[in-house]
Amino acid sequence: MSTPKLLAQTLPSLRLATRRTAPSIARHVVRCYTAASAAPRPAPPAWSSQPPIRRSLWSAAFQSRPFSVSTAVSHGHIQPPKPGEELYVTFIDKEGVEHKLAVSKGDNLLDIAQAHDLEMEGACGGSCACSTCHVIVMDQEYYDRMPEPDDDENDMLDLAFGLQETSRLGCQVVMTPELNGLRVKLPAMTRNLQSSDFK
Amino acid sequence: MFPVRCLRARPRACWQRVLNGLNASPGPSVSRSVSTAHSSSPGGRPLRLAVIGSGPAGFYTAYRAMSKIQDVKVDMYEALPVPFGLVRFGVAPDHPEVKNCQEKFEEVASSPNFTFIGNVSIGTKSDHPDGATVPLASILRHYNAVVFSYGAAKDRHLGIPGESTLKGVYSAREFVGWYNGLPEHADLAPDLTQGDEAVIIGQGNVALDVARMLLEDVNVLRKSDIAEHAIETLSKSKVKRVHIVGRRGPMQAAFTIKEVRELMRLPSVAFHPIDTSLVPPDLKSLPRAPRRLMEILLQGSPTRPDDSPPPTKSWSLDFLLKPTQFLPSATSPTRLAATEFARTTLSSPFDPNAYALPSDSSTGDSSSSNTTVVLPAPLAFRSIGYRSEPLPEFAALGVPFDDRWGVISNDGRGGRVRHEERGADAAMRVGAFPGLYCAGWVKRGPTGVIASTMEDAFATADAIAEDWAGGAGHARFLNGGGAVAGWEGVRRESVGGGVDTARVVDWEGWRRIDAAERERGRAVGKEREKFTRTADMLAVLG
Repeated sequence: MSTPKLLAQTLPSLRLATRRTAPSIARHVVRCYTAASAAPRPAPPAWSSQPPIRRSLWSAAFQSRPFSVSTAVSHGHIQPPKPGEELYVTFIDKEGVEHKLAVSKGDNLLDIAQAHDLEMEGACGGSCACSTCHVIVMDQEYYDRMPEPDDDENDMLDLAFGLQETSRLGCQVVMTPELNGLRVKLPAMTRNLQSSDFK
Repeated sequence: MFPVRCLRARPRACWQRVLNGLNASPGPSVSRSVSTAHSSSPGGRPLRLAVIGSGPAGFYTAYRAMSKIQDVKVDMYEALPVPFGLVRFGVAPDHPEVKNCQEKFEEVASSPNFTFIGNVSIGTKSDHPDGATVPLASILRHYNAVVFSYGAAKDRHLGIPGESTLKGVYSAREFVGWYNGLPEHADLAPDLTQGDEAVIIGQGNVALDVARMLLEDVNVLRKSDIAEHAIETLSKSKVKRVHIVGRRGPMQAAFTIKEVRELMRLPSVAFHPIDTSLVPPDLKSLPRAPRRLMEILLQGSPTRPDDSPPPTKSWSLDFLLKPTQFLPSATSPTRLAATEFARTTLSSPFDPNAYALPSDSSTGDSSSSNTTVVLPAPLAFRSIGYRSEPLPEFAALGVPFDDRWGVISNDGRGGRVRHEERGADAAMRVGAFPGLYCAGWVKRGPTGVIASTMEDAFATADAIAEDWAGGAGHARFLNGGGAVAGWEGVRRESVGGGVDTARVVDWEGWRRIDAAERERGRAVGKEREKFTRTADMLAVLG
């Protein structure tokens, strides 16, 4: 896919994001994997009580964890794209900020989000047993290009907060060339307690 | 709707009495902290946070608090020597993927700002003889904030004859604890050999878990981390027919589709078709989740009850039945023979919030043959919900507990514990109890999956972070938000009070118990063989 087309796809949303977040400076984030940034993260310095724990530290701590709890699909292991083979996916976070990422074919959205410190939990480790990696696909056209969710994924989506027609679990969406330019939104967790919660 | 129902009059400002009267060093530390307490990091002092309970609510609150607050030290108290609460003792052994959230908890625990204090019960005397207990009042003196995330350790009762007297009537919660190796119920020894029928009262996911344990091939369970005593008992089970009974209909049932689908997929296990009159005729008009649930209920299982040869096991969802009594056996009067139910009707059959009415009130037909159903089965499980209890010191400290809903009275979203006080004009004022928060089932009631507890715990941690950073000063926190000693202070007091804190299990201790359990599991081809006695857990630590 050519760059001009990508730009064309991205620009309107960039303007949108800028408007939404005004008056702060535009926070549209474009991050690409380069050889340098794709190198394994350095282990975090000794735990410091000074800065708040950043997600990058969490991820790094996770990756350098000395033992494994379960053999289920592990997350956070994505390959940097080869030059010329980058696929692009844009995450719109809970604050409306867009993060455009260059990724490889075969990566799933949960792994991608976690590798880039986006706020996506993946409580079950990407085994399609919870709904914490719920994403909403912004364009129906892209949603239609994905293989249909299977029963297990749909069962979990039924429990997701803020379910939409184009909702998917991030762990089940694998990047392919057809999905180049995909845009997904992370649902805000705004569910309020209901009386039925207490019955 | 807030989970706040019964705001009773309470002694005026008991918490202040407690804190002022009992605080070891009240004067200087309080005044100093108040004067400088307006920034997010007053005088560079950390927020000392005690988390009571190490289940998903406690860990997700700790995780979020540690990522949102500049400088926070979390001490997590756990009554058992081992962490993770219902992730370890509630999640079904054949759902190992659900337990992957433990990876996140391990990450949290690896922070030097996190301390695990296992085998220490707060206020309630430890339910096992090897544990230590410290008073809640001591916790309040040595922390700036406390999160109650101790869950729901009891269950709701039916209140019908025979419930607590007849052999063969079990609590589903205890049964779950038993097969998951919870020390408290390691000696439950359920008798599954008295007949081939079982009745489960309640239609939530716990009921479906119990049904699956009874119906699933024991060789499938054998590879899970299920307790070995459960494998022995289940392999001798004679149960072939399971009734899962509810007062209401399929549109009102609490179970979720994943658990239903799992039961439907069990090989050689048949599902008896449901009463289709309880399913809305026009499924397309339903929202997605109930529509898909109704579809799978109508579709049923690939194995049919009338298959030839007949399936080895079967189950059904029996709707519109309210239990009225457990009936004793004629030959052995201490033993359950059957469960009697009254038929109900629904106020509005397809309304998810419909309630159950006695069926004879609408038809006028009160002949017992039409309104009473007896299910003969020597085995019955009560599975109508878990229940939280207040800590014993709550009443004295003025921490409000809502008995009706079984939750700590709180502001709903942020989990700030409510505090009410009678002002000079005798009017009740309701505010937040400084420094006290709650999360998980003790905050919102015993429902929901781990994702809901995570979301709820995050909301509590966000409230703590917001209050800590707030401009109102740290009067919103215990001990004026000032310098406190945390676990060190609690331990010093406990030693003075004669409590043996030598048995405290830290995270490294848990890691050794964990390694020993995995080693035992390897020997028998399982991921883990849990210790089911606290003494055995502690023996690993020498």
